[in-house]
Amino acid sequence: MAELIYDKDGRLLFTKEMKREYTLLMPTMLPVTFTLMKKLLELDGYKIDLLETTHRGIVDTGLKYVHNDTCYPALLVIGQLMEAINSGQYDKRKIALMISQTGGGCRASNYIHLLRKALEKAGLDYVPVVSINMSGLEKNPGFSFNVRTVRRLVPAMIYGDILVHLANQCRPYEKTLGETDKQIDRWTNHLVDLFSKGRGLRKKEMQTVMTAIAAGFAEIPLEQIDRPLVGVVGEIYVKFAPLGNNNLEDFLLSEGCETIVPGLTDFLLFKIDNRIEDVDLYGGRYLKKKLAQFLKSYIESLQQCMINAVKTQPNFRVMEPFSALKSGVAGYLGYGNKMGEGWLLTAEMIELIHAGITNIVCTQPFGCLPNHIVGKGMIRKLKDDFPDSNIVAIDYDPGATKINQENRIKLMLSNAGRRAV
Amino acid sequence: MSIRIGIDIGSTTVKVVLLDEQNQLLYHSYERHYSKVREKAAEQLRQVADRLAGREVHAVITGSAGLGVSKASDIPFVQEVYATAAVVQAYIPDADAVIELGGEDAKIIFLTGGLEERMNGSCAGGTGAFIDQMATLLDVSVPELDALCLQHEKIYPIASRCGVFAKSDIQPILNQGGRRADIAASIFQAVVDQTVGGLTQGRELTGKIVFLGGPLTFLTGLRQRFVETLELDAHHAIFPEHAECYAAIGAALCAGDKAPVLFEDMLRRLEESVEDVGPTDIMEPLFASADEYEAFKRRHGAAAPEPVDAENYHGAAYLGIDAGSTTTKLVLITPDGGILYSYYGSNKGSPVTIVLEELKKLRTFCGDRIAIAASAVTGYGEDLMRHAFSIDAGLVETVAHYRAARHFNPRVDFIIDIGGQDMKCFKIRGGAVDSILLNEACSSGCGSFIETFAKALDYDIADFATLGILDQTPTNLGSRCTVFMNSSVKQAQKEGAGVESISAGLSLSIVKNAIYKVVRAASADDLGRHIVVQGGTFLNDAVLRGFEQEIGREVTRPTIAGLMGAYGAALAAKDLDPGISGNLLDLSALEAFTHTANPSACKACTNRCSLTVNTFDGGRRFLSGNRCSVPLGGEKGGEPNLMAYKYQSLRAMTGRGDGTGMRGTIGIPFGLNMYENLPFWYAFFTKLNFEIVLSPESSRDLYVKGQRTIPSDTVCYPAKLLHGHVEHLIDMGVDAIFYPCMSYNFDEGKGDNHFNCPVVAYYPELLRANIARLDGVKYIDTYFGLHRPKGLEKVASAYFLSEFNIPKKETASAIRAAYQAYEQYRQDIRAEGAKAIRYAREHGKRILVVAGRPYHIDPEINHGLDEMITSFGLVLITEDAIDHLVGPEKRRVLNQWTYHARIYDAARYVCTQPDMQLLQLVSFGCGLDAICTDEVRDILERSGKLYTQIKIDDISNLGTARIRIRSLIAAAEYLDGGAL
Repeated sequence: MAELIYDKDGRLLFTKEMKREYTLLMPTMLPVTFTLMKKLLELDGYKIDLLETTHRGIVDTGLKYVHNDTCYPALLVIGQLMEAINSGQYDKRKIALMISQTGGGCRASNYIHLLRKALEKAGLDYVPVVSINMSGLEKNPGFSFNVRTVRRLVPAMIYGDILVHLANQCRPYEKTLGETDKQIDRWTNHLVDLFSKGRGLRKKEMQTVMTAIAAGFAEIPLEQIDRPLVGVVGEIYVKFAPLGNNNLEDFLLSEGCETIVPGLTDFLLFKIDNRIEDVDLYGGRYLKKKLAQFLKSYIESLQQCMINAVKTQPNFRVMEPFSALKSGVAGYLGYGNKMGEGWLLTAEMIELIHAGITNIVCTQPFGCLPNHIVGKGMIRKLKDDFPDSNIVAIDYDPGATKINQENRIKLMLSNAGRRAV
Repeated sequence: MSIRIGIDIGSTTVKVVLLDEQNQLLYHSYERHYSKVREKAAEQLRQVADRLAGREVHAVITGSAGLGVSKASDIPFVQEVYATAAVVQAYIPDADAVIELGGEDAKIIFLTGGLEERMNGSCAGGTGAFIDQMATLLDVSVPELDALCLQHEKIYPIASRCGVFAKSDIQPILNQGGRRADIAASIFQAVVDQTVGGLTQGRELTGKIVFLGGPLTFLTGLRQRFVETLELDAHHAIFPEHAECYAAIGAALCAGDKAPVLFEDMLRRLEESVEDVGPTDIMEPLFASADEYEAFKRRHGAAAPEPVDAENYHGAAYLGIDAGSTTTKLVLITPDGGILYSYYGSNKGSPVTIVLEELKKLRTFCGDRIAIAASAVTGYGEDLMRHAFSIDAGLVETVAHYRAARHFNPRVDFIIDIGGQDMKCFKIRGGAVDSILLNEACSSGCGSFIETFAKALDYDIADFATLGILDQTPTNLGSRCTVFMNSSVKQAQKEGAGVESISAGLSLSIVKNAIYKVVRAASADDLGRHIVVQGGTFLNDAVLRGFEQEIGREVTRPTIAGLMGAYGAALAAKDLDPGISGNLLDLSALEAFTHTANPSACKACTNRCSLTVNTFDGGRRFLSGNRCSVPLGGEKGGEPNLMAYKYQSLRAMTGRGDGTGMRGTIGIPFGLNMYENLPFWYAFFTKLNFEIVLSPESSRDLYVKGQRTIPSDTVCYPAKLLHGHVEHLIDMGVDAIFYPCMSYNFDEGKGDNHFNCPVVAYYPELLRANIARLDGVKYIDTYFGLHRPKGLEKVASAYFLSEFNIPKKETASAIRAAYQAYEQYRQDIRAEGAKAIRYAREHGKRILVVAGRPYHIDPEINHGLDEMITSFGLVLITEDAIDHLVGPEKRRVLNQWTYHARIYDAARYVCTQPDMQLLQLVSFGCGLDAICTDEVRDILERSGKLYTQIKIDDISNLGTARIRIRSLIAAAEYLDGGAL
């Protein structure tokens, strides 16, 4: 039995002993990417359970433990974790929880504290919570988040992005249903296999593997039909997590659309870029800026590998590099706009429109503060500048019904249809 | 082409139309479906069965509730806004825009200048349903409401965002005797404001406008409000024939290219789809058997008042009146609590008349044998009733309820009262009322919600409630506010849930709302061990049972649950000093009683309170609606009021200061973070010889001026006001408007970081993107960081050199001067705070620390709350006057916002001061406050302090604020050893 050790502020630490004995519970955001990340962490000796539950009980549990005005993602993530703890599947004395922490001026940085409050409320204050963040917040002796971790997780994220990017372009056109998912499974297994041999993480190898992935997806026999293209942008959790957006991608698929969801890599680059911009805007340490620039260019080079790989298959749409996104948003928002998804959200809408994907669903939790500005706040200007843009903002929260959301999306799709005629 | 059929299935009605090949309307029908959606549609189609027998038809379904039917019956679907646009373009080709109101939807379609459609979001309440709800509130039919509207003289400001808000605005006007015709018109005006304000979002409604949908077809008063508000003449306001069926006609127009089907086949598919689906999300039944229900009823029957022989009782008695928001309750008790006489009834929009009638009956009943020794009144109408009938005392609701609860369970430690519109919960700690939780304006579903719903489904409320008791499959409707629940119910109905299951589900929703939304309890122990439940809503056994199930504990429900407020008032009357009581009007005075209410507007200050002058027989007068004592002949600002002090200091920061103003004028919008940063920027710009021009004081008019350009209807009210401020500065023609983006605030070294909230930080960029007129103005929305003085000096120097050609050295020195000026301002606030504290201690006054955001001192945002507070004899100081008095301490939340850090520290300081209490102000829709409020509560309660919070919004009524502040005072007095 691992001893409970606290830091000087009274925070329960995740110890080395716990690493051996405990199972870490991790909420899912992007199923494909998170599966890869989980596998990588497991290679480091952690026991991890990825929570993929989606039933209504999660929302109810969340409502019970979290202030109801807190944003919906927090309510879901905490609901999902609390529900798992109470499910009877685990020895409550042998689990720890993982949660990400962005460290920005948004509510999201507080998820971890809300989670701890929830645990306390449930009499589970002996369950340690591990923060995953890049801001150097909260360190734990049993969980190392260092250069090595970054060099393993970043490739996993890039692989996840390319798999999702290609899969979205194939799934709506499959001649035989299920072919796309087979490719995802094939490559996920392949990557895990590579990872366990310590391979697939260097730039050169990544280029080779991703080119092979693109070739693999290109083998899927597809129908030649025109489908409306719909971009999905928004607050990161509701944008990606099916639990957060009431299975938005499945709905769009059932409506006969092809969905384009800008990846996670840009979000990470955006967060790193913020640090560089901060120094330019407000002053700060040169070294910090240099470090961030180094990290950014490393990830950008990996992103370029991904782009190159997609380009090898002429039938696939290629994503824009981060630098193009950033220059595209000039004149709309300043680069200092960094809370939540900040200028990136608007940049993604602009990128989509430039690529001819004028139909866009902008997702956000009800009352999402940054999205008042960067989502809903920019739609009018985008409409003025790009009269063809057809953007619908959809709010998600425990009370919003799926039917209402779908009705609004259908209106957007009707407009898409009318424009096509 | 053959016959085309359009079927529009809306949230409350079904419309069916038939079109021939020349687009001639062959048939149309419009009927309420009472959620029997498919049956009603099929029924209407059968009406035209002879005409279409054996023929091929093209059919299309549209409407907000039509998607499910379309899927189940395989009849094609067209989105309703799309259908509407199609029909208008066909029939009224020169129209510029369409406004359509339906049962629960509101839509605007811009046809010219870029086709665009807007629908109400998930937060905007229904519109037709809203009107229905308001008619119920006034106890009139919808046509009667319409007729009333036509006789209006004035319009009250009523919050237009959603039904619940408006209701809380209307209730006090009603209770204080406002004219019903005026209220009716105000209701329609709220609908207009909601539609125009909420949906135009930056586009102007001009040109030829077509009005569609049921309410706009049938309600003349509503039409009139729209036409007047949009300043339309007869040529530009089009009310077409069959406007109520337009979407259906549009659907029919869209049907032409759909595959033809045999009419009988289509009808059959529609009919057969009825049994298709079952409820998806169900909960545990309330009672497994009828026996279990009987046992439950017996148990709760035991908590009853002492029996008394009312007909033969002789002696003293005490009267309690609870003039509630929707109901009036009246109880006459014997000295040991036996009930001699009681009354419970809806106040039907005129509470004074109801109480008058009841008092006459009561006086007659008492005759010579019972003497009413003392009387007390509580509830919304307390002041009015006290003046009208010369009642001895008034007490705040919470205290009245506690008095009553204690009578039935002396060990009571938690009380929850769910009434018609209010939900009150509070703990009893050390014999005092503590931790009051009132339902915030967004979730006041409560009893009247079920009632409105029962009516919408064509049931009597009592029948409707009992329907669910023995239901075995209650529908899970979630736990959110009324408006959201409306759509949940809609969805459940679509999924085939029966009325019984919905009734049970609604009862359980109220319970969940109370427990998880208002109380936010994780377990029964969070509430208490000895729980007393009361309020009319708990007389509904389904709600009571649901409550016990949800918390897993048996509770006490007195048999007089609905009368507890009045009962508590009666018990309080018993304790009154006999020397000053017994003044209640006698029978002859009651017979002579008259009451007239006239609206008027106070002109004493910028608040422009809507007053109601109540005149009673014999020239007695009572003024209601006022926030301070000025209209009563009093003086403004008796006790020290730091909010007012700060406001005046900031408003004075205009002009050239010590400079020459030669560099031109800089306009600064007086809102959001400028309430904190203005001293800094004022010093900075005047030092550089600019002249500062402030936008005017916030007001409703200023808000309306900028309303059209607000892109997000759920953003907080303080942010929404900025649009008007900036528009006004543009009109004033300043040389530049200065409103920088600021991710960071001053670094006060208090917390983990020093952010502004995302809205404060980036609103300047939102304004640039949405106020088109800013294109022609020098608008400075660049990024500045006040948290790094050295960095700012550098960045600002470079910026003002390139933009204004100001030498870098000059800017740098102005920045330094600005930091000094800001520091001086902070010192001044602290000194003024210290002075107020000294004053309070010298005069034996209580101190209330009002902790919020700096911009909460705007009287348009706080609606004059500060004056109300000081009118109770409290000395008011703000958080920034005392937060420096404690050292830093680590918080259990990420303490990363400058304003929140101050509040935490102020709360910690209050804990060390016996004569201070803290009141936290939060903005509705502020997600950051969700984190902050829980933490502040923790800090205060750990030290045995009371936690009180007031959520502020564009609702200008201070009713709930008054309850909280009075309860706070009562509890603080009790804790100091006073009597309750």
